[in-house]
Amino acid sequence: MAKYVGQRVKRTEDPRLIQGLGHYVDDIKLPDTLHVAFLRSMYAHAKIKSIDTSEASHAPGVVAVYTGKDVAARVGPVPCAAALPDLKVPDYRVLATNHVVFVGQPIAVVVATDRYAARDAIDLIMIDYEELPAVIDVEQAAKGGPLVYEEYGDNIAYKLTAGEGDIEAALKSSDRVVSQRIVHQRLAPIAMEGRGVLARYYPGEQELTIWSSTQIPHLLRTQLAIMIGMPENKLRVITPEVGGGFGSKLNVYAEEALLGWISMQLGKPVKWIESRRENIQATIHGRGQVGYIEMGCNNDGTITGLRYNVFADLGAYHQLLTPAIPTLTGLMLSGSYKIPAIQMNVTGVFTNKMATDAYRGAGRPEATYVVERAVDLVAAELGMDTVDVRRKNFPAPSEFPFKTATGLFYDSGDYEAALNKALAMADYKSLREEQKKAREQGRLIGIGLSTYVEICALGPSQAMPAGGWESATVRIEPTGGVTILTGASPHGQGQETSFAQIAADELGVDLNAVTVIHGDTSIVQYGIGTFGSRATAVGGTAVFIAIEKLKEKATNIAAHMMKTDASNVVFKEGRFTKQAAKAASAGAGAKPEPEPDVPVGEAPAGAMPEPEADGKGVTIQDVALAAHIARDIPPGSEPGLSATYFFEPTNFTFPFGTHIAVVEVDRETGDIKFMRYVAVDDCGKVINPMLVDGQVQGGIVQALGQAMYEEIVYDDQGQLVTGTLMDYAIPKAAMVPWMDLDRTETPSPVNPMGVKGVGEAGTIGATPAIVGAIVDALSPFGVRHLDMPIKPETLWRIISKAN
Amino acid sequence: MIPAQFDYLAPKTIDEAVGLFAQHPDEAKILAGGHSLIPAMKLRLAMPQVLIDISRIKDLAYIREEGGQIRIGAMTTHYQLESSDRLREICPLLPECAAQIGDVQVRNKGTIGGSLAHSDPAGDWPAAIIALDAEMVAVSASGERTINAGDFFVDMLTTALGPGEILREIRITTPSERFGQSYLKVPQPASGFAVVGVAVTLTRDSNGVCKSAGVGITGVASKVYRATAVEQAISGSGLDEQTLAAAVAHATDGVSVNGDLYASEAYRRHLAQVYTRRAIEAAASRAK
Repeated sequence: MAKYVGQRVKRTEDPRLIQGLGHYVDDIKLPDTLHVAFLRSMYAHAKIKSIDTSEASHAPGVVAVYTGKDVAARVGPVPCAAALPDLKVPDYRVLATNHVVFVGQPIAVVVATDRYAARDAIDLIMIDYEELPAVIDVEQAAKGGPLVYEEYGDNIAYKLTAGEGDIEAALKSSDRVVSQRIVHQRLAPIAMEGRGVLARYYPGEQELTIWSSTQIPHLLRTQLAIMIGMPENKLRVITPEVGGGFGSKLNVYAEEALLGWISMQLGKPVKWIESRRENIQATIHGRGQVGYIEMGCNNDGTITGLRYNVFADLGAYHQLLTPAIPTLTGLMLSGSYKIPAIQMNVTGVFTNKMATDAYRGAGRPEATYVVERAVDLVAAELGMDTVDVRRKNFPAPSEFPFKTATGLFYDSGDYEAALNKALAMADYKSLREEQKKAREQGRLIGIGLSTYVEICALGPSQAMPAGGWESATVRIEPTGGVTILTGASPHGQGQETSFAQIAADELGVDLNAVTVIHGDTSIVQYGIGTFGSRATAVGGTAVFIAIEKLKEKATNIAAHMMKTDASNVVFKEGRFTKQAAKAASAGAGAKPEPEPDVPVGEAPAGAMPEPEADGKGVTIQDVALAAHIARDIPPGSEPGLSATYFFEPTNFTFPFGTHIAVVEVDRETGDIKFMRYVAVDDCGKVINPMLVDGQVQGGIVQALGQAMYEEIVYDDQGQLVTGTLMDYAIPKAAMVPWMDLDRTETPSPVNPMGVKGVGEAGTIGATPAIVGAIVDALSPFGVRHLDMPIKPETLWRIISKAN
Repeated sequence: MIPAQFDYLAPKTIDEAVGLFAQHPDEAKILAGGHSLIPAMKLRLAMPQVLIDISRIKDLAYIREEGGQIRIGAMTTHYQLESSDRLREICPLLPECAAQIGDVQVRNKGTIGGSLAHSDPAGDWPAAIIALDAEMVAVSASGERTINAGDFFVDMLTTALGPGEILREIRITTPSERFGQSYLKVPQPASGFAVVGVAVTLTRDSNGVCKSAGVGITGVASKVYRATAVEQAISGSGLDEQTLAAAVAHATDGVSVNGDLYASEAYRRHLAQVYTRRAIEAAASRAK
């Protein structure tokens, strides 16, 4: 068994973070920093007739005030990387000039000597608005209604049809077709740390450094270079500690470009730290689909086809991936089932709201919810157990790679194994008996299941808007420490730990000898970033292969040091030895002499001592030192000991699992209480079970938020009703049920470590299980579906109506 | 989330505080634990020109027994009340109520006096205080006076405290023998404030007959109120199921019930009845 990989290694990030010693953007203090505050639109839709900044400009402490007119010609539009046919892309500028399209849109910016002066001056800017009718409801917007952009003639950003098979024929020839309108409500990602930007221009060097709380430092650098119009190699993006992203920081925001540009104008550092109110208004939202499901089935429970007609609420303009999110929904509409015909018809719709974009799961929770709700509807329609319908339609393990009617090849899977394990953990049979007895007593117990599959490790570059690979450099320093530079950008996932685990095992060194560096574009080679449950499967694989390359080079140097041929050298537990000697001793039946442990990271005494080469083998640290001194390395070989690898995956990975929720609904009040929560997830090979548990738990909590509490609500005028955490309910610790977690482990054939990814499993797998359980509890009242968030009042109304 | 400018004053004695408040009766707000006022200031919903921070005044945080009363200093934190073993014995409604306020951080900093003087219509303390028929001791430059809890809560965010008056102490008659108390609440999942919160204190005689009852309801209307019709309906009864069912039908008599995104008027009215019944049942079962 490996020393570190597969073990519950404690996060090496945590000691600094729990002691308050981490550095987030706001912890970085530069002398003479100026502070920025934004004036944002108070209307969802309005013309700006005039802006008067004269009073604000003269307010105490104010250094500069900028409006759209000042920057329109000098800072490029906020980019959208999604390429869809006939996509309408509004010209979205970092500050509005004469037209605002959502509440929270930046209109003007005040730069002042402190945050207070900047904020106070905002109130002194006079704007003359002419309010226009706003369009809020996505279906109404699709039909017509007030137009977000007059020039387009409608609110349709794009239309797209995806899927394979003859859906018409499939539905027509089915014994039954179930149909349901469903709503995936808008959610706010609510990272614990909001966004934040610090920009510093160095006029002498003509270099700009931007510290930003982002998930994609390199992609951000490229986009900001384009927006600001400066050479990319003069721009440095540093991502310090990031307090969560959940997709909301997989983006390029107006504020990031604007701060960079302002610093260039004023020659001083400028800082903006997002408030929670701004975070809910003007950081991307997630989900936001209203769709119509039709699923065909035969009387024996076989699924014959699925059609999903959906209106995607894009908001008023496109952020980086806004229009692309529903396409991920389309890809995953086969769920974990054999469905011969699938069709998604998506209408992307402009509304006078903040843009939607990737939020933990990004289109896939919607797909899983569609499929799992549909399967429950089929079970209800046929009077079958939901487990039986699921089991009947699973592809068998032998059918992998499994081709779906959405054009994907699922890499590996054993869906029934995960299902069986979860059923055993929950004691499903007894639960159903308990439910039956409880119902006889008038109690409302519900059991919900989700047998999900998700698409992870995004992904092959062919399928990605801006590269799907990931990079790693691994080097061993002269004094023996191992340094990993990863292009991934961990922001809570714990890859400083898990990548170190991989390296420590592969190089036979102590975990503490490995340092993982990320999030600085001037230190780390180009990378793609952390999102789409990709960092370990793609970035970790890059680390793994870079280590292989490094070991190859080290083997040659070790052979040279031991005066033998590289083919005779074996590497084990951090030490190179001659294979011949080992073979001889093995042949004689004698035990090879154990080598003394070499403490890692301990510098050899003296400035540059000669490497040890006593014939009994050399450590990888000896080799590193020799490689750097380079007086005695193989002729013609490259000094130093480092290797870089850019890993391009050949496919996505497809983790899966079964979640089971058991709830009891209070007959009198509609209150929902959890009785059990069981999750069996299969994310392939596990590097660190504790990190996997943490990812699963966090995801389930956010899924619980969507199922029962969270909803971004705009009123008819487009005012944000849930604009603070006093109104927008995220689950608190006391609202979260105990979770019984376990795993099955089906390795992925897509990468050498067999890892799949787990960051989004919870939000994808758990929501349908929770909703299914509540629906099941209410099934005695004829309920087959309920829209999220399911509130006690809704249940009370159903129950009291029946009474 | 940055407040407007204000002057900050930090008196060391209550006399000094009262003196400062008298100088700024209209412009100043008293800062106690700050867990309602500061968020309101950050959202610029409140923009006081002067803050008088009374947290540095010694001896405003205490729980004392004196003259058949429990006397609580206005700066006593929720946590101090929640964790008082003595209160659990002699007036368990107070710790039970305190334990359901906000979260640990709020309970460690927030104060009973601050909460009461804020008069949030969904605050927890007002329900308990009104059920217990407490007396509020207010102090100003012109001296001290006591205000009955029933008169103290005037409207949403409005109390009977006059300009320049500071709430200094809360006095509660120590419950007599054979009493039972309970506080039950439906927390709003975002804010933790009460969608409905019901505080009950009652006494029973040796036959189980209810001799007196106080029922305070928060979260339902624009201010906390005593459900007097419920109190009358259960007083003199054996607190049997039928009496309770009939009594709690009056839980929202005479008040205009709120409706919002989380709970409509009809649902909140229903919750008020259910939670009033449950709180009375819990209190009754404890009155032994």
